[in-house]
Amino acid sequence: MTAISTQKTKKRNWFTREKVYGILFLGVGLFIAFVFAGGTESGLMTTFGLTPPRSDSLSVPDLVFPSQASLYVFSIICIFFGGWQLARGFKKVNIGLTVVALVFVVAFLAWAARGGSLNVTSLMANALLRATPIALAGLSGVLCERAAVINIAIEGMMLSSAFSSTVAASVAGNVWEWSRVFTLAFGLAMGLLTGALLGFLLAVLAVRYKVDQIVAGTAINIFSTGITSFMVSRILVEFQNLNQTPIFQKFPIPVLSKIPILGTVFFNQNLLFYLMFVVIAVIHIMLFYTRWGLRTRAVGEHPKAADTLGVRVYFNRYVNTTLGGMVAGLGGSFLILGSVGRFDEVMTAGKGFIGLAAMIFGKWMPIGTFGAASIFGFADSLQTKLAILNVPIPSQFLLMAPYLITIVVLAGVIGEATPPAADGQPYVKE
Amino acid sequence: MSTVLEMRGITKAFPGVLANDQIDLKLNEGEVLALLGENGAGKSTLMNILYGLYTSDEGEIYIRGSKVDIQDPSDAIDLGVGMVHQHFMLVPVLTVTENVMLGNEPIRNGLLLDRKKSAGKIKEISEQYQLDVDPESYIKDLPVGVQQRVEIIKLLYREADILILDEPTAVLTPQEIEEFFKIIRTLLEDGKSIIFITHKLNEVMEIADQIAVLRMGRKVGTAVPSETTEKELASMMVGREVVLQIEKPPSKPEDKVLEVHDLEAMDDRGNKAVGGVDFDVREGEILGIAGVQGNGQTELVQVLTGLRKPLGGQVMINGKEMTGASPRKILDAQVAHVPEDRQQDGLVLSFPVSDNLVLNTYAKSPFTKGFTMQDEVIRQTARERVKEFDVRTPGVMIPVGNLSGGNQQKVIVAREFSRPIKLLIAAQPTRGLDVGSIEYIHERLIEKRDDGTAILLVSTELEEIMSLSDRIAVMYEGEILDILPAEDVTREELGLLMAGVKKEEN
Repeated sequence: MTAISTQKTKKRNWFTREKVYGILFLGVGLFIAFVFAGGTESGLMTTFGLTPPRSDSLSVPDLVFPSQASLYVFSIICIFFGGWQLARGFKKVNIGLTVVALVFVVAFLAWAARGGSLNVTSLMANALLRATPIALAGLSGVLCERAAVINIAIEGMMLSSAFSSTVAASVAGNVWEWSRVFTLAFGLAMGLLTGALLGFLLAVLAVRYKVDQIVAGTAINIFSTGITSFMVSRILVEFQNLNQTPIFQKFPIPVLSKIPILGTVFFNQNLLFYLMFVVIAVIHIMLFYTRWGLRTRAVGEHPKAADTLGVRVYFNRYVNTTLGGMVAGLGGSFLILGSVGRFDEVMTAGKGFIGLAAMIFGKWMPIGTFGAASIFGFADSLQTKLAILNVPIPSQFLLMAPYLITIVVLAGVIGEATPPAADGQPYVKE
Repeated sequence: MSTVLEMRGITKAFPGVLANDQIDLKLNEGEVLALLGENGAGKSTLMNILYGLYTSDEGEIYIRGSKVDIQDPSDAIDLGVGMVHQHFMLVPVLTVTENVMLGNEPIRNGLLLDRKKSAGKIKEISEQYQLDVDPESYIKDLPVGVQQRVEIIKLLYREADILILDEPTAVLTPQEIEEFFKIIRTLLEDGKSIIFITHKLNEVMEIADQIAVLRMGRKVGTAVPSETTEKELASMMVGREVVLQIEKPPSKPEDKVLEVHDLEAMDDRGNKAVGGVDFDVREGEILGIAGVQGNGQTELVQVLTGLRKPLGGQVMINGKEMTGASPRKILDAQVAHVPEDRQQDGLVLSFPVSDNLVLNTYAKSPFTKGFTMQDEVIRQTARERVKEFDVRTPGVMIPVGNLSGGNQQKVIVAREFSRPIKLLIAAQPTRGLDVGSIEYIHERLIEKRDDGTAILLVSTELEEIMSLSDRIAVMYEGEILDILPAEDVTREELGLLMAGVKKEEN
């Protein structure tokens, strides 16, 4: 009997995560060989542009290579990784996964641009720009959840902030005719204020009244969607000049923006983009190297322990949730002032929720959250580029890309993500 | 000898309970004051008032002769009062340094945490008081004994000189307790004054200078160890004469009811919690499983009762294969279970007493006919059971969550014992109960044993294991180190096994 049950255990154990990954890698390799390389006529060349048109940076020559041959090389790399994973196993399976995913993406691009040209640098620059609101949403989540307040209202906070930024900047610019700089600053300030107010509201509901945090967050989301859609149909449709703001223009950083490729990707963007990096750095340092951060993490993990040492648990949660709302507000303002300059109904389109996914993928770390957000931003940016490249994939499927990636990442890749231990639990002081 | 702390007329009411009623307390400098009382006697409430976690309705506190007003823990800390809570107040994912400095963090450059400075101070303290810890290690990696040292360092770091220790020995092995008492003596030499909360009489006799006994929110007496006996203290705690040592006839073990071979199981985090245990329990005997909390006992019981899937090995009940069987199938094999966490796993707190009494038989006749439950039968049966098992409740339709811990446990015992059973698995059956209820449950267990039931008793209370068991198995890190006959084993032997020390067989 004992022998049988041991055998059973072994059988189950063979089909582990590691083996599944090995098979997946092989599958990716075969897919590249048969679908991509097989569907490519030999003799076609792929061109990866590295210097975007109208770029500040020093130019580098484009990368031109035979499409089919390169695809076979990519396929062999994946198959090799799959075989290695099945036979020996990588010490850290995520390294193999990362390499295979990267190879797959490059192969996909090489296939999509077969017989044509794709500007990779501008693709990357666009990816990071699109990652910005997602990263800010994720950072908002980090601030709140590190203090154990679940904030699923980020979507709503972004939407409301985007709306108030739009109206504020439009009024300042078009009615009061302020100068550009002040108009933008005013719009941004109103966006931040709106986010902070909604964050404070969430804190009052979650901390003071101990309302279920998912319910409270959902309420804020519904409220935001409702009120902004109503205002659009009642006011913005009629007064178009209230829905027209200036935007933050590209601001090339001297010298750095001249670096080939990196200069375009990182140093030739708008001010809000740079501000995001400041926010990431500040949150990271604050969380791990300051008194406030230590207290926040303690409050998120074991509020009672913090309380017995004289840390004000409620105060900390109020502050963090309000700051979190403010960062979500920055993300909302970015959608207007850093991007399109006009408000559309429900324009956040799930970015707040994708931000939460980025936060989980990034393990509640500011830098990890940004990394995860870039992946989502890349999917978003790819989708627009591919539409231009005439890829034989229906455009509806391309539009799904960011959301599909979110699902795959959340369900498959993350594995065990441990949230702060007290996440979502109201603290009851006796 | 000067008085460092005096509490006068402390009164605190919670809805429906007077937790503290006009309590006076005096602590002398450099002494240990033992606060003795049953669970629910008001010891922790009183100390939480002193530490600022609760505010008292009435009463005054004097520290070094001057009246103080303690609103929250930071006031208490400023006055030199520190407390080690029964459940440690440590953040598992932070380091020792971070836990110790929390709330009182040194800062460099006006902004950044000065971890070095804290770690240095921790090193100094640990050398001075022989509290060996590494400031860099994470709390989650430390054994409970070390975690307790961190808790004490937390107090010393804040320069507390009145230390409140709430049931500090509950999580320790007998050897660790000896070690802990040494630490206390070092602290006393250094002029610290200590309030020691406990319900263990032998510890009070060993370490206390003064004893105050609480019962049902009142102070019922004071004593000094040299002029009292354990028996006297016990009757003061309970309010009547108590039997400390239970009388039991020798056991007459017969056929094997439960056989466990090479059983393995994981805990919730996927670590191996039970690593290949072998034992059996026979009709008419009690096999006690001793061990410090968290050595795989919980997971073992869960596997045996069908609440957790085994990783490997075999479980036989009444000669039938039951490895990985469902809880229902195990219940039907005449197995009763008194779970470790009675509120979580034993009762549906919001359901009435009557429904809780039939949780294992509700689907059977006479409680169900066809599709409908027979409420009248259930209630009638409940009334009988309540009488038979002496459950103190205003009625059988009262939500069971409104009863006291002891009476909740009696409801479980009534339910589990009221049907024919061959095997009883009792995990921590008396945890958190008052002496009276403990006495009652112990008598019932012996009674069941003498009726020919096989009993597996899991307990972290060594006294309980030693007084009830016929054989004692000691569990350490998921393994059973040894199984010994109860009559000729000593406390010391068990203590060593609980600490993982197995005697070399020469």
